[in-house]
Amino acid sequence: MNFETVIGLEIHVELKTRSKIFCSCSNEFGAEPNTNVCPICSGFPGMLPVLNQQVVEYAIKAGLALNCEIADYCKFDRKNYFYPDLPKAYQISQFDLPICKKGYLDIEVDGVKKRIGITRAHLEEDAGKLVHQGTISSTPFSLVDLNRSGVPLLEIVSEPDLRSSKEARAYMEKLRSLLLFAGVSDCKMEEGSLRCDANVSVRPYGQKTLGTRTEIKNLNSFRAVEKAIDFEVQRHIEAIEDGEELIQETRTWEEDQQITRSMRSKEEAHDYRYFPDPDLPPLRISREWVNDLRLSMPEMPEQARERIMDQFGLSAYDAGLLTLSPDLLAFFDECTHYYHDGKIIANWMMGEMSKLLNQKNLDIGQCRIRPAHMAEMLNLIDQGRISGKMAKEVFQVMFDTGSSPEAIIKERGMEQISDEATLEKIILEVIANNPGAVEDYRNGKKKATGFLVGQVMQATRGQANPALVNQILARKLNS
Amino acid sequence: MTISIKEVEHVAVLARLQLKENEKEKYARHMGSVLQYVDKLNQLDTEGVEPLDHILPVFNVFREDQVKPASNREEILANAPLVEAGQYKVPKII
Repeated sequence: MNFETVIGLEIHVELKTRSKIFCSCSNEFGAEPNTNVCPICSGFPGMLPVLNQQVVEYAIKAGLALNCEIADYCKFDRKNYFYPDLPKAYQISQFDLPICKKGYLDIEVDGVKKRIGITRAHLEEDAGKLVHQGTISSTPFSLVDLNRSGVPLLEIVSEPDLRSSKEARAYMEKLRSLLLFAGVSDCKMEEGSLRCDANVSVRPYGQKTLGTRTEIKNLNSFRAVEKAIDFEVQRHIEAIEDGEELIQETRTWEEDQQITRSMRSKEEAHDYRYFPDPDLPPLRISREWVNDLRLSMPEMPEQARERIMDQFGLSAYDAGLLTLSPDLLAFFDECTHYYHDGKIIANWMMGEMSKLLNQKNLDIGQCRIRPAHMAEMLNLIDQGRISGKMAKEVFQVMFDTGSSPEAIIKERGMEQISDEATLEKIILEVIANNPGAVEDYRNGKKKATGFLVGQVMQATRGQANPALVNQILARKLNS
Repeated sequence: MTISIKEVEHVAVLARLQLKENEKEKYARHMGSVLQYVDKLNQLDTEGVEPLDHILPVFNVFREDQVKPASNREEILANAPLVEAGQYKVPKII
């Protein structure tokens, strides 16, 4: 039997406000445990949450980036459940009236374009963090850090429009890029500011009703999203083929074993008894407010992609890679102020630069190479002052030290020798020292030039301008 | 308005309460009578009345996105039954 996979994603993004959603504690990541807390985000009795206006503006901007309808009216509700990371025993969230709904984004997988629906995006507060001491089985205790409690979250729920793990990954990457460009979140999966839960089911092709769905949590990287979905789809198909019953449940992705494991069954857990939060007055969002925010939106990745394809003749693929994040695009754009050929800039960024960044597991924001220095290096190649091969060495030093290429080649005596008189002198010496090879050449063995060029390069520690060496050598041998 | 033992058990699970058998019956009666009282509201004609989300006619109450100093950690943790390494210590939940 052939099966069709049906996937919907719930993505939580932390909004990059300075303070938390309902109190004035700092929203910075990585502080000492329980140092960004107050009675409000610690859930003390009698405290009054007050909404951060910037949170609403970021949510509206995110909604606009995702082509959503922005609500005229919305409110906050309490979602009730007990968990040690949730000090009030309820989470302030939005139930029936989310701030954004009915949006979409476009993805492209293997050259096929597809529009993925977004059901809704609603605001809520993040919970604290549970830290397990030692190994999870050896201690009866957990520790609770409430720094994250009250960090503003936007939960973005997709329609079940995704049909493969590849599409799911493409959706996440696109979503991330849109939110980064909109400037509402830093979307760092490794710090948990972008988190993903996947709802997965399979059904025989042609069947209208959906199969039993499971929800996978703990997906902390794009790779984990792909791997976990692939694993889960296979598990579902095998269960159906073996006539086993699948249960609707929440499962967690075990990164080290590359499997999903059952967490809890949903039947009892799903009764959250939502009701409107009496502490928070509802919101009325005027169209003027939305329009002002729309006008303040920066260039979005699709527009940027068109622009750089038009302006620099880049391929759709290269332009797509350069518009994955605003930092990449800004680097590219700045380089183009100092160097004319966008294709060459793109090649260096996608090639050497991304290779070095990957080796060190850094992103472009942490790269020490300045765009102006990259452009300067490309100009040095064009002027013949360094060869393409030397440029790679220079580039590595630029990457390690952040120095300018001019300074690097001066300091290390790496400048290419393009002075004809100097090269001629060296070439004459090489000819004098290698009568055998010269003899071979004159007897018709044209390959012997290769050896002689090699000798010249050796004598100049690789700094001779190869084109000039070939030219002068040919002249001397034929005279 | 009556409420079944099953519903009492369900609410007890959600509220993390352990009830004895005789308590279940007692709470079924108590909750039933509360619901019966509240059920009077259903006798009103609410045709054309919008659901009320908030009792005050107040909208858009905001604060500026400004950070203020956090509370003192020792003070915040002072009421916790168990504390370790500046954190609340709780029974392990997986």
